Amino acid sequence: MINAPSTDELKDIHHKMVVTRELEEVLGAYAKEGKTRGPIHRCDGQEAVGVAACAALRADDYVCTTHRGHHVYVGKGLTTRGIVAEIFGRETGYCKGRGGHMLLGDVKTGMLGGNAIVGAGIPAATGMALSMQILKQDRVSMVVFGDGAAQTGICHEAMNMAGLWKLPVIFVLENNQYGLTVRQEVQSPVEDLSVRAAGYAMPGEIVDGNDAEAVYRAVAAAAERARRGDGPTLIEAKTYRVKGFSTSDMGGYQSEEEMAPWLERDPIKLSAEKLSALVGADTVAAIEAAARAEVAQAFETALSDPFPTFEIHAPSAAYSETK
Amino acid sequence: MTVMRYAEALNAALREEMQRDPSVFLFGEDIGRYGGVFKVSKGLRDEFGDARVRDTPISEQALTAMAVTAAMSGTRPVLEIMYADFLPLSLDALVNQASVFTYLWEGQVDIPFVLRTQGGGGVGTGAQHAKSLDAVVCHIPGIKVVAPATPADAKGLLKSAIRDRQPVVFLEHKLLYNTRGEVPDGDDVLVPIGKAKTVVEGKHVSIFASSKMVIEAENAAKLLAKDGIEAEVIDLRTLRPLDLDAIRRSIAKTNHAVVVNEGWTFCGYASELSATIMEHCFDDLDAPVARVAMPDMAIPYSEPLEMAVLPNAVKIAAAAKKALA
Repeated sequence: MINAPSTDELKDIHHKMVVTRELEEVLGAYAKEGKTRGPIHRCDGQEAVGVAACAALRADDYVCTTHRGHHVYVGKGLTTRGIVAEIFGRETGYCKGRGGHMLLGDVKTGMLGGNAIVGAGIPAATGMALSMQILKQDRVSMVVFGDGAAQTGICHEAMNMAGLWKLPVIFVLENNQYGLTVRQEVQSPVEDLSVRAAGYAMPGEIVDGNDAEAVYRAVAAAAERARRGDGPTLIEAKTYRVKGFSTSDMGGYQSEEEMAPWLERDPIKLSAEKLSALVGADTVAAIEAAARAEVAQAFETALSDPFPTFEIHAPSAAYSETK
Repeated sequence: MTVMRYAEALNAALREEMQRDPSVFLFGEDIGRYGGVFKVSKGLRDEFGDARVRDTPISEQALTAMAVTAAMSGTRPVLEIMYADFLPLSLDALVNQASVFTYLWEGQVDIPFVLRTQGGGGVGTGAQHAKSLDAVVCHIPGIKVVAPATPADAKGLLKSAIRDRQPVVFLEHKLLYNTRGEVPDGDDVLVPIGKAKTVVEGKHVSIFASSKMVIEAENAAKLLAKDGIEAEVIDLRTLRPLDLDAIRRSIAKTNHAVVVNEGWTFCGYASELSATIMEHCFDDLDAPVARVAMPDMAIPYSEPLEMAVLPNAVKIAAAAKKALA
């Protein structure tokens, strides 16, 4: 099948999805005990979108994400230890504790950032694509953003220019049904946000965001299209936000009836079933055990790592007149 | 030396930097086919093509955000925002994006991007096309802010801004574009960011100004001279980072300071300058620092009303006399 992931890629995707889920669950437990700092925005149930979308790109492609981007961080190849260390503000974190879980960036892996201003990733990826086009690079950029971000004005501006100039950018709209605590139909007059692509002369398609293989295929096709010079694509991945807005969310607005079918179609469960048919249940179990061990090890190491010390005139700090 | 208009000097800086470095590109509204509303990019699309001199839709928010990440990923964008009054549309990109990632990501990225815009009143453009929002951009750590008054400085500072590793907001003035001045010849004559210039020497009072207010300050010095007052006029040229040494040196000599800015008074650039002088030069001051800035109100349209609110030479001279009284 065109643009289908190989078995090895499916194994890697499954591994990274389980790493992400385990990361979220352990973080959730720490948050409950009051051992995390600031809010944590978990992406449980959305792992297939971030992980499989990144798997369909090359290592030197650039990716931006949101405040809820752990699956994208893991998908783009960041180490679990470095992510955990950043979340716990350690010197060994990707940004030496300066960014935190929402604003993590790592140029080496092409992860040009989480972003906690809703919608900001959309022009960010578009600007990178503009650079790639001007420098005539064989590279693409991708942004994973939510249905909430799709309602911002800057989304319209950026997509208009991406379509106008045929920029090599992939817009992955992770429709998890909620912007803050409000359902998508209370925020948008259309159910399928992918229809907006028509206004920017780009293809818009819907994929099952809980099916890693479907996400991979759509992004791989979009990347091919972008590299050919045919411009951007809008991919709406339908999924569901299982764990509320953040660790400070008091809940009460997502019913069990609403959630049940999504839990039934958990992306990791679906991936495990498909993968078992290809490589056997034992191999899948081994992948999952290794993923969990990796996360446990990451927490153990990162939490004993040192905290950074404050230097007002660190080389990368903004200049100050009072130097 | 060649005599050039301010707009021509900027045009020459853009052309030379684009010739020197293929990663420099321009984008903004009306800048390509039309050559820019103030003709700063005239002829550049013909020379460098659509890809590098790009007309854009009216989308300041996304354009500024895109400039930030284009700069992170290998190019040197020069974005023109047609009026400084539109800077509020660029603010998320400046405040939450451009100014933070170099530090947050521990120096992994440089953000070499220039936002050119023009502000200022005096020609009846009304409250939404005549403001000076210097203070708004100067408030943001990690952004350099430049406001040249002469063609030579316009050229030399724009070249420095394009070559800088940090975001630079480059503030021009609509009434300066047609002013003429001598500009040094040569492609590599840069004016460093962060250095002020003494344009009139004096010993009684220091007047600190930038952009078009330098001309008003020079005229104020002429008015004061008639009364035997020798004013020193310092053209700040760069608003941030501030050339504190130049400020200190001048005040040590004159013991009196007048700070001038065309923007609003309350929390304005003149206020910051005044506080900085108070902190660093208090022992040298014989009188409180005097501010000359816009009253805190919308700029009215009708000529006598607009002229009444804008800072000018007469107001600056009066403030200097009061400081010396």
